[in-house]
Amino acid sequence: MEDLSLHILDIAENSINAGAKNIEIAIIEDSSKDLLTIEIKDDGKGMDADTIANVTNPFFTTRTTRRVGLGLAFLEEAANSTGGKLRVESELTTGTKVIAEFQLSHIDRKPVGNIADTIVMILAGNPEINLRYYQENNASKFLFDTNDVKKITNEIKINSIEILKFIRQYLEENVNKINK
Amino acid sequence: MTKLKIEDLDKIAEDVRRKMTIREGGGKVKITVHMGTCGIAAGARTVMSAFLNEIDIHNIKDVIITTSGCAGLCSKEPMATVEYGEQAPVKYIELNETKVKKIFDDHVLKGKFVQEYALAIGSERIQ
Repeated sequence: MEDLSLHILDIAENSINAGAKNIEIAIIEDSSKDLLTIEIKDDGKGMDADTIANVTNPFFTTRTTRRVGLGLAFLEEAANSTGGKLRVESELTTGTKVIAEFQLSHIDRKPVGNIADTIVMILAGNPEINLRYYQENNASKFLFDTNDVKKITNEIKINSIEILKFIRQYLEENVNKINK
Repeated sequence: MTKLKIEDLDKIAEDVRRKMTIREGGGKVKITVHMGTCGIAAGARTVMSAFLNEIDIHNIKDVIITTSGCAGLCSKEPMATVEYGEQAPVKYIELNETKVKKIFDDHVLKGKFVQEYALAIGSERIQ
């Protein structure tokens, strides 16, 4: 994966496959602690203890189409290579929370990448999902919530091309400037 | 120039609403972009973005675009499946923006599948 926004898209696809209706994504940049934290939380079906224990093992997957699962393993690798770590908290029927920590200034820390594209692609393929995106750094905070969009669009599907175009432009103006 | 606010969506929603009455329902064409880890790493997001861009350029309303997971052929990603009306689904492999454009022009708009980019006709079944 070239950047962290692609990892986020990948983990969010896991959430969707786990039947999540609500997904929360947060990117917290704390330069005083030299820490970048990414959280992806869902209300999908969750995992049992055995699955959690194996979740970053590439040769463990619940899928039947093939025998390797690399998504979380890749994200853990990306975090570890900056001296950070990956944590997965999950409870059956309640949901899953993935927390990846990176040393913000580490030379191997991947760039955040295009968050606007990631969010738009999640919504384009899965209009029924409620998505909250939150980001914070020392200078600013930003929250995007699809519930705010749906209040305005009402009966119009969020994946109508005009709505997606707006969301992309809105996010590009408000998001990508904060994270490099 | 001031930044867009979420309230600015109101005008756009109003426009869409006005146009909706003349829209065709259903969805004649369904495009599924494979968004597994392998797909994403190979460029599925760019492919999906290219399809959305084509839908926008051609201003067509009867195309459904959605995502799926890994189809088990990771080395051929990015992949997408195009289903045109009642025709059999066609799976395209090793996609990029140029291929998307051609697939859109020939298959999505005209119903003629692009053989040179296709893996197979049909659809995988998960038991």
